[in-house]
Amino acid sequence: MAELKRHDNRLGVWGWLGGGRWGIERYAYILHRLTGLGILFYFLLHIVVTSLRAMQIYLWTEGGFFHQPVFKVGEYLVFSAFAYHAFNGVRLILVELGLAVGKPFEPVYPYKTSLSVQRPLFIVMMILAAAFLAAGTIEFLGFVE
Amino acid sequence: MWENIDKVQEVRFHVSRYSPERDSKPYVQVFPVPVREGMTVLEGLHYIKENLDSSLVWRYSCRMGVCGSCGMLLNGRPTLACNTQILDIAKTDLTVAPLPNFDVMRDLVPDLATMFKKHIANKPFIVRQDDAEQNDPSGEYFQTPEQLEEYLQFSYCIKCGCCMAACPTLATDSEYLGPMPLTQGYRYSADTRDGAKKDRMKVSGTGHGAFRCHYAGECSRACPKGVDPAKAIQHLKRQLVLDYLHLAKQRKPCAKQHGPGKGTRDPKIPDAPAKTVGV
Amino acid sequence: MRETKLWTWFMLAGLVILILLGLHMTVAHMGGLTGVGVTKAGDSVNEANSQARDATLFYPVVYVILLAAALFHGLYGLRVILFELGLSSTTQKAVSALLLIVGVGLFGFGTWGVFAAHALYAGRG
Repeated sequence: MAELKRHDNRLGVWGWLGGGRWGIERYAYILHRLTGLGILFYFLLHIVVTSLRAMQIYLWTEGGFFHQPVFKVGEYLVFSAFAYHAFNGVRLILVELGLAVGKPFEPVYPYKTSLSVQRPLFIVMMILAAAFLAAGTIEFLGFVE
Repeated sequence: MWENIDKVQEVRFHVSRYSPERDSKPYVQVFPVPVREGMTVLEGLHYIKENLDSSLVWRYSCRMGVCGSCGMLLNGRPTLACNTQILDIAKTDLTVAPLPNFDVMRDLVPDLATMFKKHIANKPFIVRQDDAEQNDPSGEYFQTPEQLEEYLQFSYCIKCGCCMAACPTLATDSEYLGPMPLTQGYRYSADTRDGAKKDRMKVSGTGHGAFRCHYAGECSRACPKGVDPAKAIQHLKRQLVLDYLHLAKQRKPCAKQHGPGKGTRDPKIPDAPAKTVGV
Repeated sequence: MRETKLWTWFMLAGLVILILLGLHMTVAHMGGLTGVGVTKAGDSVNEANSQARDATLFYPVVYVILLAAALFHGLYGLRVILFELGLSSTTQKAVSALLLIVGVGLFGFGTWGVFAAHALYAGRG
């Protein structure tokens, strides 16, 4: 019997990213939470470490415990997390106050949702975040070199 | 396009089965279904029930996307079975599972009671204080097309539960009201004929209300009727915040158009033709 | 309605953080590039520059406002994430109380740190 033709239905790497079933806004929400938690974790330690300067204990400057490269990289990651979280947060403030989702209208198939209305705002915010991140990366790389 | 109309190909339906009296958890049963172009998932399920396994159970009714009964998870997306053509979403294999974020009663039947309890708690009906007028109406309520458009989109909801299945917050927080109850609450609060906005705000402004929405947008993507619950919830949050900050615009109540002969006539409407019966 | 109040302040705190933390990040991570907040030689966060900022009145005030806003925003956000995991009513109250204590405690410690550092370096010039 002749070999039956098979259709390769695998999703590949796209399958890792929810198989393309989720919208980009859902991934944006997950990343917003992760960056928020990362920043919070850093921040709580940051308050304690920087307040020690009142007792003339400088743990982050030359010779201090936190001056090591691994912590500098960690700080840069926190900076990147802030870049994303802040600009996505601006988008969320505009969206959640109903300013960027559009007015209700009678739906006619094929349906257009508020997701497509706020998509340009999302793209603009991500470009601004990338620009902010680039500015910080220049300084970071200058330090590392 | 029509050259494929008689072509039959086999699609394997991986259907989630569950009998509470027999099984401890759901399992997947595979059914080979001959599929022609244009055949919907609902028709595929009927084929299985008629020819392969008559014990398969699911909800359906209108088979045309207006009743909201046949919501289920098809290839990982919550949607209506009657509205989805098999070959649009699958070539060889199709997974059919009950809507997530709900308890499974049997096979593909979710327990939607929790969704309806939350829905009822948010007063999904027009509430007015003028009892005498309600019991003996003197005329109709007048609403401009602009006032109608403020809530019309959200009135197209068929309560299918697809948005609830797609919501990431409901995946972990079962007490969250969910897109459908919040959207329907807003639909009535935005209606100029309604007077229960404050009551609904007490329900949707709580710890499990509108503020547990984080605009993942999956509800609007899943909605088969274009209701856009995500948009409604953001407008609801705006309403709640502006009300708290005392910045909310005071809405004019709905004008009453009194009975025949009492209202002002629109000059653009022509006169009725002369009576011919009983003259 | 309490949730509405908390969420509105959460959002307003976010706006405050956007501006003040944006400034703080500019000083700390883009000080060399922009020169903002850098008055002494070397790295923007070295002892000399840090003490120079502590000596002013502007930065300590900014730090206290930022501390309050960031603690409220961050801990309320954590509270939302934890509550969405489906906690019982008693656990919710315990988590809220714990986060409030941590928040107030860190705010107190941080504010002391800011003003003690200001007092230490303001005189030196």
